[in-house]
Amino acid sequence: MSKDVIKNIIVKDDEDYIINMGPQHPSTHGVLRLEVCLNGEIVKYVIPHIGYIHRGIEKMCEADTYKQIIHLTDRMDYLSAHMNNEAVCLAVENALQVEVPERVQYIRAILDELNRLASHQLWWSAFGMDLGALTTFFYGLRDREKILAIFEESFGSRLLHSFNTPGGLMHDVHPNFQKHILEFVKYFRKKLPDYKNLLTDNVIFHNRTKGVGVMSPETAIAFGVTGPSGRGSGFACDVRKVAPYGVYDQLDFKQVLYSEGDSFARYQVRMDEMEESLNLLEQLVAKMPSEGDFTAKMKPIIKLPEGEYYERVETARGELGVFIVSKGEKYPYRMRFRSPNFSNLFVLNTLSKGLKIADLVAISGSLDLVLPDIDR
Amino acid sequence: MKEEDFRDNETLEDLKALGDNVFFTTVSDLLKWGRSNSIWPLTFATSCCGIEMMAAGASRYDFARFGIEVYRATPRQADVIVVAGTIVHKMVPVLKRLYDQMAEPKYVIAMGACAVSGGPFYYNTYSVVRGVDHVLPVDVYIPGCPPRPEALLYGVMQLQRKIKAEKVALRNNNEEK
Repeated sequence: MSKDVIKNIIVKDDEDYIINMGPQHPSTHGVLRLEVCLNGEIVKYVIPHIGYIHRGIEKMCEADTYKQIIHLTDRMDYLSAHMNNEAVCLAVENALQVEVPERVQYIRAILDELNRLASHQLWWSAFGMDLGALTTFFYGLRDREKILAIFEESFGSRLLHSFNTPGGLMHDVHPNFQKHILEFVKYFRKKLPDYKNLLTDNVIFHNRTKGVGVMSPETAIAFGVTGPSGRGSGFACDVRKVAPYGVYDQLDFKQVLYSEGDSFARYQVRMDEMEESLNLLEQLVAKMPSEGDFTAKMKPIIKLPEGEYYERVETARGELGVFIVSKGEKYPYRMRFRSPNFSNLFVLNTLSKGLKIADLVAISGSLDLVLPDIDR
Repeated sequence: MKEEDFRDNETLEDLKALGDNVFFTTVSDLLKWGRSNSIWPLTFATSCCGIEMMAAGASRYDFARFGIEVYRATPRQADVIVVAGTIVHKMVPVLKRLYDQMAEPKYVIAMGACAVSGGPFYYNTYSVVRGVDHVLPVDVYIPGCPPRPEALLYGVMQLQRKIKAEKVALRNNNEEK
């Protein structure tokens, strides 16, 4: 369609004008381009243009073995790197019907929660910064460094630790693993009230987020918005509860649900999830077997039997699905990821219609988008 | 004045007679000193390395200590573009435009394996540019996937050394090029 045609269809008023937000824009969290049609300050529609970080990961997977694929999934949603790894591992393990040792399942769940905490901390920092509160950036990243120190001690890397492998883990964790996690839990419990004082109870923050970008549960389900963004609208979509994997069915935690559906509700879901994650970490460390194998016995070359396999996990941003079509070879015939951010992004138009352009930043910040996960 | 002369007591006495502080330098050295100690980066992060770049700017690493002071959202105010992350073919025109919009003198740091050579996306993919040096003139390469914030700090310090060593008068002189 030529630009004139688009103009005739959607822009009816002569005073409307179209501006581009991105791909290089500090509040789009990456290389997202939003085509925004404005009437004065009022947003008429938003069209997200994606593909600026499309790396062809799904196609690359077709030429890689299952152990190699793990290293590519890290780079999709880099803030929930561990959950992405786990999704592929679970799919392969379920296809081969391998029984993973209990200790591995506990370590994986611990890493899930640590990663979720680190991700939410970074989101909190960036969300505050989007709305003009630079302080949050320094508080959030200060506490995030404590988690990264735990990661580094055991896995040797801070952000992308491809620590999972089909059947278990690459190697055993550091002897101080449990001790340092408990220290961190104690430390972060003290720091969470700071978060509340700085941002949650701030009047300016309330005015910017309350009642902004209200998403009804019907919209959330229609667009497939999952994760904290969906749960802010009352859509009970936590995969850890709905379809438990690993050891999540043996743990005592609640699914955080808010019914308001605005940006502030999405914010509160994440803040409450941080507390839930801290509770979960304490339970997991207490229950984790101190001795045991760190991997199940696997064949050196993994070949999945012919068929189709689907596995889903809860990342920090929603439901990640992994779909593998195997023809019985050591490479997948087709690999497909159902990424949470893709669905979460495209609800933006519905949420921001009729609001001010400053609210668009608040809404996109509250959806917590990670661009490489959308484009893959 | 050469450095050895400062060790000579007589010269120092002469200098003291002139006043409190006397510095002898050239315009070129003064410019290079100023430039190298206030490099403002552009907020440009495509993927994972951007998170480590944020971490380098935040509480623990705080690279304002080295004069990389504030992230600028507009290329017109930036001195250095830290290419943090994979560059794909669709992004190239945008990246080139950003670079062209920056005012001279401008520098490029390729941060991370993707920006250096394509990194993990070197093989079997159809959309990734294998190294940002196909598009921009890179001054400093920082390997790693992603590099640690310390690596970024080291890369920045290398860039500062490079700025201190360059010929200021020649950089913008088109005839010399």
